[in-house]
Amino acid sequence: MSDILLTEVAGVAPRGRAHILRRFLHHKLAVLGVVVIALLGVAAAGATWLAPYDPDYIEIGQRYAPPLSDGRLLGADDLGRDVQSRLMFAGRISLSVGIAAMLVTLIVGFAVGAFAAYLGGFIDVALMRLTDVMLCFPSVFLLLFVAAFVTPTLTSIALMIGLTCWMEIARIVHAQILSLKSADFIAAAQLAGAPAWRIVLRQILPNTLAPLLVAATLNTANAILLESYISFLGYGIQPPQASWGNMLTNAQSDFQVDAWLAVFPGLAITLAVASFNFIGDGLRDALDPRVSHNER
Amino acid sequence: MSLLEVRDLAVAFGRTRAVDGISFTLSEGETLGLVGESGCGKSTTALALMRLLHGAELHGSAIFGDCELLRLGETAMRAIRGAQMGMIFQDPGTALHPLIRVGDQVSEVMRAHLGISGEEARARSLELFRKVGIAAPEQRLRAYPHELSGGMCQRVMIAAAIACSPRLLIADEPTTALDVTVQAQILELIRAISRDARMAVILITHDLGVVAGLTDRVAVMYAGRIVEVATTDRLFAAPGHPYSRGLLGSLPKLDSGWNEELPTIPGSIETAAGAGGCRFAPRCPLASEICRNEPPLMAIGEGRFAACWKAS
Amino acid sequence: MTGKLVEAIGVARHYRVGRGRILRALDGVDLVIDRGETLGLVGESGSGKSTLGRTLVGLQMPSRGSVIFEGQDTATRERAVLRLLRRKRQLVFQDPSGALNPRMTIGATLAEHLRVQGWGRQAVRERIPEILEQAGLPSAFAGRYPHEISGGQRQRAVIARAISTDPDFIVADEPVSALDVSTRAQIINLLRGLQRTRGLSMLLISHDLSVVAHTCTRVAVMYLGRIVELVPREILFAAPRHPYTAALLSAIPVPDPPRERMRRRLILKGETPDPSSVPSGCRFHPRCPMATEICARIDPEMKRLAPGHSAACHHSDEVPALMSKMQ
Repeated sequence: MSDILLTEVAGVAPRGRAHILRRFLHHKLAVLGVVVIALLGVAAAGATWLAPYDPDYIEIGQRYAPPLSDGRLLGADDLGRDVQSRLMFAGRISLSVGIAAMLVTLIVGFAVGAFAAYLGGFIDVALMRLTDVMLCFPSVFLLLFVAAFVTPTLTSIALMIGLTCWMEIARIVHAQILSLKSADFIAAAQLAGAPAWRIVLRQILPNTLAPLLVAATLNTANAILLESYISFLGYGIQPPQASWGNMLTNAQSDFQVDAWLAVFPGLAITLAVASFNFIGDGLRDALDPRVSHNER
Repeated sequence: MSLLEVRDLAVAFGRTRAVDGISFTLSEGETLGLVGESGCGKSTTALALMRLLHGAELHGSAIFGDCELLRLGETAMRAIRGAQMGMIFQDPGTALHPLIRVGDQVSEVMRAHLGISGEEARARSLELFRKVGIAAPEQRLRAYPHELSGGMCQRVMIAAAIACSPRLLIADEPTTALDVTVQAQILELIRAISRDARMAVILITHDLGVVAGLTDRVAVMYAGRIVEVATTDRLFAAPGHPYSRGLLGSLPKLDSGWNEELPTIPGSIETAAGAGGCRFAPRCPLASEICRNEPPLMAIGEGRFAACWKAS
Repeated sequence: MTGKLVEAIGVARHYRVGRGRILRALDGVDLVIDRGETLGLVGESGSGKSTLGRTLVGLQMPSRGSVIFEGQDTATRERAVLRLLRRKRQLVFQDPSGALNPRMTIGATLAEHLRVQGWGRQAVRERIPEILEQAGLPSAFAGRYPHEISGGQRQRAVIARAISTDPDFIVADEPVSALDVSTRAQIINLLRGLQRTRGLSMLLISHDLSVVAHTCTRVAVMYLGRIVELVPREILFAAPRHPYTAALLSAIPVPDPPRERMRRRLILKGETPDPSSVPSGCRFHPRCPMATEICARIDPEMKRLAPGHSAACHHSDEVPALMSKMQ
């Protein structure tokens, strides 16, 4: 019985920004993730100035040049284009698709989840069932289905990915708001006569930021992966423009000739996705005081 | 003869000291009130004595009968907990296991500690349920906690706590979650049980009214320290420590002083002093230079102690 | 300036709780609060006292009956009237931590409250230090977050928000029960001071009779969605006329040990029933020490016993005898 009587004696975790930052910095992999993403970001953003070659410049004499030859750090591809330069420009595309798609998932997911939960009743049921239905389809198939009808551009791909991946965000927001809805500070806002949209944006949104931030980083990783998928399958970013996904497609046919061509874009994708995931994990631990007890 | 003797008990969680060197004794059959506001360390003291604090450093000593509670191994402690020391908590709803019938939860305690058969334990549970005033005890034995009201759950908790006739019962805010009319029932029950079984009770509460009717002596805690110990009558008649005086003074009276300004203690419990000195000094009307030295618990009269330089 | 300010007429609030069961949180409440009056409302959990408070400030609409404010039925759709009603009726919550948005500074919370009600930026900026001061907080607290200040200070911030629009009527729902004992008196004094200097009307909801007794002129006792006794403060302790009021008085522990030990208590049987299954006849009869056969059949009406004193009990004449047994 005495063991049944054990109640949790949780110390009240001191909160505050400095504390959250300290906990985040404690998470070594997350810090590494931030560093890697920062490096990839700089390389991609500054590609115009930092890239040693024009990514589309074809130099037949350099075909299949191996890494570290002729001043080419990562060698050249089947058309003699510089792999390092192409990777940097491709990073621009892949990272922007990832981030843009994440923003779309945030906006759509928040809107659906927030209004479903806040308005309740029929709207709630309809929107959340829609979310469930969307979740039933594997997003890759959904994406490929849509991609078959839409001209692929950076914007359209980001939109497509965003519109097929917002469900998780919607669910998080929905659950958060249901628990916040009965809070007294919401009642106070209602008493003052604040309209629903104002309550959602001013009172509720800031309180759901923590889990949203976590979901957003994880979604970015997912979006980068999805973009690579569809580009790899030929429905995404079209050559000659480079993305990490379609660089892999090219490399596939030449795998026996020059395996390096597949390694570098593959590595870039892995690094980016893993880093975003680590950052997400780190944020989750830092923002959620309950997890911190199991901190190693 | 004293049943429990606590000396310089300190409980530290990392760098923070929730309880910072408190001493008190408890005689056989005596009821002691441990009074203070949230965060003063009163519940932590109880949990430390029951050794139910995980990840806390315990210092000092607590001698119960002939055992040193603070240095007992987990197995030995388990034998004492529940058998010789019972405890009831503030929220009976969460202290009971939600998926086990309440009768079984009470029987389980007795089977673990008294080594009696399931049959006999059930019979005794029934008897206990009658004793703590549960109506229709036969049916209630088979109920789950969520099927019972808060007051009823608290009665079950009490039944479990006294099942092995412990010599000490620790009641941590036993009526705070209950309605006033139910609180009266539960307090009456604790009073009757402790009197009949000559069981010592440590009653932890923030409610001075509850203390007044139930306890023989009271220890007032502030910021991890005991600031005053006195018999209940004396404490209420003439509180020695300025904090006790302030607390008693700030209570609205039922039948006098209508619409008068209530005397207050300025500031809040967060305004405790930093290193050194009396912890109450920043809020104290009597504070002066001498209060920069931390006052020990000093005798200020027969059976009265206060940690204040100006108490006498 | 006297006369009725708020009036509840037959106010009921019902909730459907599945399978045709109806939870009667409020079951026909009549109540008048005069200008400048502080009315105490006591009752245990499930009595509907919070629901009544929230209905009187307009946070909830009554399922039946009406709430009249300054002679105006509050069930209106006229925007101008609604806006005025919001400005004039405010609520102070029980738990100040839940009543303040944890992600907003105190200043932002106050500003949002005023902005929503149509105040201009400049006016808001000037108003905030003013109301903080009236609530006994330094104006620098506008920049603090709720978790950076103590419980008592948080409750002051909640009170500041409530008085920011110069209301005529405040409902204070258990304003001190979530606070530490040593800060309670400060908040009671603050509310009382505001009530007096501004001539506010206040409904003070509490389960603690001593808090209510200290501040109020009249006290309403609620049980299971009804007011069972309405009594002037002086008479409450001497001569209550409903057995439930008597039991409440008897149950309250008094911080006076010799008296506390001498007292003979009237201890009620059982607990307040679920408001979705209100007993027949008088709703208090299953727990009442004086119940007779008539109590199980006939729901007693509120009877006027003296000016300002009424009770809903068939045996209200016998309550004084019950009280004298307890002394």
